[in-house]
Amino acid sequence: MTSVLETMIPAPTLEWMELSPLIVLLVAASLGILLEAFVPRASRYVVQSGLAAIAIVAALGLTIANWIDLTPKVAAMGMLALDGPAYVFWAMLLIFGLGGVALFAERALGLGQSAFAASAASVPGSPIEREAEREGREHTEVFPLLLFALFGMMIFAATNNLLVLFVAVEIFSLPLYLLTGMARRRRLLSQEAALKYFLLGSLASAIMLYGVAMLYGYSGGLELARIDAAILASAGSHWLLLGGMLLTSVGLLFKIGAVPFHAWSPDAYMGAPTPVTGFMAVATKTAAVAALLRVFYVALGGLAWDWQLLFAVVAVMTMLLGSTVALAQNDMKRLLAYSSIAHAGFLLVGVVGAVQAGDNVNLSSVAAVAFYLLTYGIATLGAFAIVMMVRRSGGEANSLDAWKGLGKRNPLIAALMTLFLLSFAGIPLTAGFVGKLTVFASAWAGGYGWLVLVAVVMSVIAAFFYLKVVVAMWFSDADDETVGTVETPSLWTWSVLVVSAAATLVLGLIPGGVLSLIADAAQFIR
Amino acid sequence: MQLLETVSALSGSGAMVWLLIAIPLVCSAILMLSGKVADGWGHFLATAAPIASFVIGLILFMQLLGSAADARSINVDLYEWIGTGNWSIGLGLLVDPLSILFVLLITGVGSLIHIYSIGYMAHDERRRRFFAYLNLFIGAMLTLVLANNYLVLFLGWEGVGLASFLLISFWAHKPSAAAAGNKAFIVNRVGDLGLSLAIFSMLAMFGSVRFEDVNAGAAELSPLWATLIGFFLLLAACGKSAQVPLQSWLLDAMEGPTPVSALIHAATMVTAGVYLVVRSNAIYAQTEIATTAVAIVGTVTLLAGAWIGTSKDDIKKVLAGSTMSQIGYMMLAAGLGPIGASFAIFHLITHGAFKANMFLGAGSVMHGMNDDVNMRHFGALAKPMKITFFTFAMGYLAIIGFPFTSGFYSKDHIIEAAFQHNTIIGVLALIGAGVTAYYMTRLMMMTFFGKKRWADDVHPHESPLVMTVPLILLAIASIVAGLFMNGWIQDWLASSTGQEPHNTPLIHFTTIGLITLAVVAVGVLVGWFLHRGDIPRDEPVTKNPLVHAGRNDLYGDAFNEHAIIRPAKGFAGALTSFDRGAVDGVAMGSAAVASGLGAWLRKGQNGLVRSYGLTLSAGIVVLAVVVILGQLG
Repeated sequence: MTSVLETMIPAPTLEWMELSPLIVLLVAASLGILLEAFVPRASRYVVQSGLAAIAIVAALGLTIANWIDLTPKVAAMGMLALDGPAYVFWAMLLIFGLGGVALFAERALGLGQSAFAASAASVPGSPIEREAEREGREHTEVFPLLLFALFGMMIFAATNNLLVLFVAVEIFSLPLYLLTGMARRRRLLSQEAALKYFLLGSLASAIMLYGVAMLYGYSGGLELARIDAAILASAGSHWLLLGGMLLTSVGLLFKIGAVPFHAWSPDAYMGAPTPVTGFMAVATKTAAVAALLRVFYVALGGLAWDWQLLFAVVAVMTMLLGSTVALAQNDMKRLLAYSSIAHAGFLLVGVVGAVQAGDNVNLSSVAAVAFYLLTYGIATLGAFAIVMMVRRSGGEANSLDAWKGLGKRNPLIAALMTLFLLSFAGIPLTAGFVGKLTVFASAWAGGYGWLVLVAVVMSVIAAFFYLKVVVAMWFSDADDETVGTVETPSLWTWSVLVVSAAATLVLGLIPGGVLSLIADAAQFIR
Repeated sequence: MQLLETVSALSGSGAMVWLLIAIPLVCSAILMLSGKVADGWGHFLATAAPIASFVIGLILFMQLLGSAADARSINVDLYEWIGTGNWSIGLGLLVDPLSILFVLLITGVGSLIHIYSIGYMAHDERRRRFFAYLNLFIGAMLTLVLANNYLVLFLGWEGVGLASFLLISFWAHKPSAAAAGNKAFIVNRVGDLGLSLAIFSMLAMFGSVRFEDVNAGAAELSPLWATLIGFFLLLAACGKSAQVPLQSWLLDAMEGPTPVSALIHAATMVTAGVYLVVRSNAIYAQTEIATTAVAIVGTVTLLAGAWIGTSKDDIKKVLAGSTMSQIGYMMLAAGLGPIGASFAIFHLITHGAFKANMFLGAGSVMHGMNDDVNMRHFGALAKPMKITFFTFAMGYLAIIGFPFTSGFYSKDHIIEAAFQHNTIIGVLALIGAGVTAYYMTRLMMMTFFGKKRWADDVHPHESPLVMTVPLILLAIASIVAGLFMNGWIQDWLASSTGQEPHNTPLIHFTTIGLITLAVVAVGVLVGWFLHRGDIPRDEPVTKNPLVHAGRNDLYGDAFNEHAIIRPAKGFAGALTSFDRGAVDGVAMGSAAVASGLGAWLRKGQNGLVRSYGLTLSAGIVVLAVVVILGQLG
């Protein structure tokens, strides 16, 4: 019987060891769902947060083990490409995921409650909600949701097939839509943000799927290498190819938060619980940039002339809008949202370069962009951790007024925030400076000097709104009406803060080791 | 610089080089972190720091003096900062004839100003913080001049900008001081932009930003790139050195405490632009256009600064205008090619001494006059403040170029070199010298001579010794520095500037030199004649457009407001309101193609999601147009 089945449906050959990080995450996430049903409510929080952290650490360990004896290969029946960049982005995603778990698990702030609603399914203000609040319930499902999202992101970053690309985007988006709507405070705002994010995200996914279909129509295949070969052979209608390229890029640019597909991000960042915002801001962007690099460098490399121009225009619009609109923001989360839009622009500047390391090129674009993501990610996690800590009457005080005079009230936290902001601004001796240097040099080497010129001007403008926060913290006097106090968090958040700050300094002072590590692994398998 | 001695950071002289920077930085950190315990002794520690650095600088200077002319450089590589692929950017320091002169100037003048500040800031409750910032500045400035590559230089460049921002807005309870700090920061960012671009160009062209590699590779640059890098560096220099068109921040920067004006905004930081241009002489040697631009910027600024100096009543602002003008001379010299470079540095150092002297003198006057800065309220101060008057007079003689004072040698060389280069520039530099003599005489007459015009409750008195001793030392330097350095500096700098020294004897009156003296004499006479009588206590209303322009800083602020700030604000405002969702109309108009989708969306949802969806669809249309245009192109 089995032999007949085997001849009819050949068993897939799977590279178990190489795929083990994904399997660990998926198993842990599913286990988390089961635990929800069986573990008593009182101990769920400890079990779930512990399980998520252990799973991510285990997946990270396995990823590193695989990375050490790296043999780039196409795995899982051609669905995934497990090459250097995949491992680089996996490691980064897992590190960011661990930071996300730490922020999710924070319960010492705001009257000992987590940032998530007591009963997310209840109508805001209803008796059910009040009862849940009174009983001190909390949603520990957020940890499995994070693991599912992380699982999807890792597939997204390693996809070798456009259909897998689409499936992965759905796998990691759905948990994020849910998480966005689960804020404990200002629940209506949170739910509205979740709905907007969901609707616009679905629209973008649909458009991307349409693009994938056009690329399939052009090349007759969904594997990245197949599309590349078809382009080299000029197999079909050039306009079909261009249309496919354009529409596929929409879905990816949407997830990155690039203009004109950015509209969701300020609302979603503001409405989502802050730990989710922090996780979303770094992990989604990392995964999406990884997929963008892979799809456009590997599958559409033959079309570089066209998409370089396209991305250059998008990068200019993104940097311009992100930097200038951020100047006018007075809400920290919204300001960081526009800052993250601006950073998406700087990342795209690196993508546009599209250079390989060589005689006159120091770092390949992939390595430069990956390093930039790392510097941006650690500073962002740290910054959002501090956003969680600055509070007023129990809730987060996100207005810039609440941050005034923070340097006098809590110099250590203000100094850490200053470090992260300086890194965002790209001031020398912070990680952000080296990151900007590498992506700009990559674009320059790729012949996009004018884009670097624009980017440098934009980074000067962007420096102003970071400076605005620094000045508010150190040089403004607090107003009693609006002042926020820094609450002491648990070890979870402290560990995020310490690691982020240390990494921001180390990557600014001695980036050589990490840069070389990334540079050595920055070759896509084709 | 054929022989480059590279020494380990752990060896004797190697350790001395980094200690030079580390001592003030560590002291700064101690002062900032120690809290109130250091209030009693912090300023003494802070003053010891630049003195210690000065001693180290002196030892290194002696060491270089003792070496053969072509082996006068010590290179110290601390560690590799960014080293991947074919980049190798180290944190490295370089002591050579050029940088050691700056080290001596910064630590020498810096030490005196620290000592002076002990007296000047005695009653300020945030004195410890003030000294911490001063030390930070010294450390950053030393980093700037001791760097062996442009990226480390950039580090110091940002550091001095930060220290300058902190010190200008030190009295931030005054809104004008806070605004001045912000303005300095913003204008300087524009200059930093130039330096960033220059660094990117160098990385792309040479794969390195070391001075050594850039100098070696400069000869193979294409003329276009040499010119571009030259302009990038010039932009950076304009920002830091307050040259036209980025001059507007310097006058406002006088809001800072006077020792800051003396140290940062007269003697050292503002000359960093000149240092940058001289340091990059190999690039400028390849590009006639950029070099000429440097000379033109310098000439314009030396006249603009002098013009402003003639019409201000605020003693510090007159000196600030004068600083702009004198740095204009240095810039002009640097733009004359190798021949002018060592004259630029010569003038930079003598100016550092005599201008610091005069700024501290102005501080001493303010100290005795209840912090008044308006010269119309001064008059006849020569008698109650004898030491201040006498030392100020030495600075005065030096800046107008009285024979055998330091300014006589350094400025006359520049004017002569300018005449050799181009008669028009020479004549303009000559006019500048006359105007300088005029406004400085005006300052002297209004402050120290004439009738007393101060209010009854003001009791002018001489400052304490801790303030006057630095004045006396700087006054001596203002007089004799020229005599000592005149015959020597060209030889000394030959390896750094790539210049063949030519003979400039001590007693040497050329035709141009004599004409200069005559022009200066006329300026002095006019200044004396116009201000010998009574001077009204209030600024008289003037119809003279020249005076009006001078009083308003040649309309620099008005220009910035109308040409840059308002359009930028309008643009940002428009973009913001566009992004807030007022996008319906625009998006509907531009998204005719997407209207089918839009109609579907509108049926499905209401509220903002609809317009977001429309933006998204419109965005696709825009990008499609880009792709199609790309096909045509």
